[in-house]
Amino acid sequence: MTDSIIRVEDLGKTFRSGSSLSLGKPADEVRAVDGCSFSVNHGETLALVGESGCGKSTLGRLLLRLIDPTAGKIFFENTELTHLPAGRMRDMRRHLQMIFQDPYGSLSPRRTVAQIIAEPLDVFGIVRSRRERRDRVADLMNQVGLSPSFMDRHPRQFSGGQRQRIGIARAIAVDPSFIVADEPVSALDVSVQAQIINLMQDLQRQKNFSFLFIAHDLAVVRHIADRVAVMYLGRIVEIGPKKQIYGMPQHPYTQALLSAAPEPDPDRKARRIILEGDVPSPKRVPSGCSFHTRCPIRQDICSVERPPLREVATGQLAACHFANPFPIPVAKAVPVVPA
Amino acid sequence: MTVATEHSQLPAPSLAPEPKALSRLAYALFSRPSTIFALAVVLIFVTVAVFAPFLAPYDPLAQSILKINRLPSAANWLGTDQFGRDVLSRMIYGSRNSLIFGLVSPVLAAICGTILGVVAGYFGGVVDRIISRVVDLLLAFPELLLAIMIAAVLGGGFWNVIAVITVAFVPGFARVARASTLAVKQEPYIEAAIAVGVRTPVIIFRHVIPNIAAPIVVLMTLWVASAIRLEASLSFLGIGTQPPNPSWGNIIRDGLNNLFGSPWPIIGAGFAITCVVLSFNLLGDVVRDVLDPEISE
Repeated sequence: MTDSIIRVEDLGKTFRSGSSLSLGKPADEVRAVDGCSFSVNHGETLALVGESGCGKSTLGRLLLRLIDPTAGKIFFENTELTHLPAGRMRDMRRHLQMIFQDPYGSLSPRRTVAQIIAEPLDVFGIVRSRRERRDRVADLMNQVGLSPSFMDRHPRQFSGGQRQRIGIARAIAVDPSFIVADEPVSALDVSVQAQIINLMQDLQRQKNFSFLFIAHDLAVVRHIADRVAVMYLGRIVEIGPKKQIYGMPQHPYTQALLSAAPEPDPDRKARRIILEGDVPSPKRVPSGCSFHTRCPIRQDICSVERPPLREVATGQLAACHFANPFPIPVAKAVPVVPA
Repeated sequence: MTVATEHSQLPAPSLAPEPKALSRLAYALFSRPSTIFALAVVLIFVTVAVFAPFLAPYDPLAQSILKINRLPSAANWLGTDQFGRDVLSRMIYGSRNSLIFGLVSPVLAAICGTILGVVAGYFGGVVDRIISRVVDLLLAFPELLLAIMIAAVLGGGFWNVIAVITVAFVPGFARVARASTLAVKQEPYIEAAIAVGVRTPVIIFRHVIPNIAAPIVVLMTLWVASAIRLEASLSFLGIGTQPPNPSWGNIIRDGLNNLFGSPWPIIGAGFAITCVVLSFNLLGDVVRDVLDPEISE
């Protein structure tokens, strides 16, 4: 797997809640992320989609070790990040950056734009002099479409979209090779979302970094992603190239998710798959296939045996007992009549 | 569609004006008569303390058997005490005492308390438990009682009194700093700093402390008054500033011996303490309103 820049094996994070003082009562365990394995290739955008609370943000943070995993391994190129000591992990952060969801909270309110953007430059000793620092900041601001004349202003004077541009400038300042973008546009107005997405795509084309793009907006994902991973209750249920995931989803959850996306054309009434019930609590994940409680095609085996992620088409993996491996295009049986 | 065209089209966006903290402070100060009064009192107090040697008509330590326990007169405006020292001169020099204690102790306490509170709040776990329990223990005592206990052990003297008042104030600052740190720690910009690779001490000094500074500064200004009051109380009880050095507290104490002969030393020093403490409290409220609008609403 020389192509992958980030590879995770069986990654898991279990949060334990409840006081250690309450003896006898077992602490609550929340399996936010459970047994995730996948890789992100050089220069590609892998989108991570799923309902809120399914663990996609936690997974993104695990990759950058903003949270420490409780199981599994993370590899960046050939370095295992999982147990790297704090100092060496900090050095690795030069290659691994993040764009945050909240453009208001993710910029320190008391620092100027220049100070915010230059922070990673200072951390890694990239600039030597004040002059060089200001030049780099001005250059970065130009790259993200902000006027360098606003360098000494504070974030509160900017709009949400402008702030997200500042956050992007900070993330690309050290030329990272992998960026986790945690719902970078979901807090923005629709009109601004498109600008920010185009900006990120253009920057990716210029600098050739890889993206893990966390989102719940399927239209956005369709626009930006190369591959898509679908999460449900902390597990990846389907992963594959964008065209295949959108064109012929194999997992019933993916199918339901895609059918729920609004259809802009009112004449083309989409067939909606309405799932019964709610997402189960991650404190009590159902046995077997975690989706079996809501699955329209469940069978007896589903509550007993957990389906592994297996290849169902070239590059497309689904975790469903009934996903059809390499389906032959369904054609009406045409009797072969000898001439 | 491309960014390149977007750049050129980007209109110079009109940014929201930078809110001017100074003009807000000025407005808060001069919009109420009570704070104008407070500002005047504090200005007079500071001027007197700074220029004490030029303003005092007599040496505050000079004793005279011939002038014991005099009533106020043209020569001695507030009369003289049991050693024949000029009470007005002692009060003028005593203001220096109050000013130094009033400023030094809250600042020292704020520094120590903030460090303790931020460390407890940021790192959590065992460190937090130990610091928080010690702080709770100290908070269980009223400030004055705590100060008296420590002073009784250490004795009087300038540095001891500073230490006593500081220790009495540290728990309050630690509490506020810890609570604010817990809130700031959850902010995405802290996570962003970690993601960027900033070292923990730098995160604390650059991202945590500036964002918890407002409540700390408010507490500090409010406690200037408390420090002045506490020093006067300790000196009155004889464990603060030691005679013959003048302090408003021990002027009252000395005046007590001749309360019925001449109440003027007590009235004068008591009036000074009341005015200055009240004024600092009023100004503290103003600072709070300006820096921390959420608390005052």
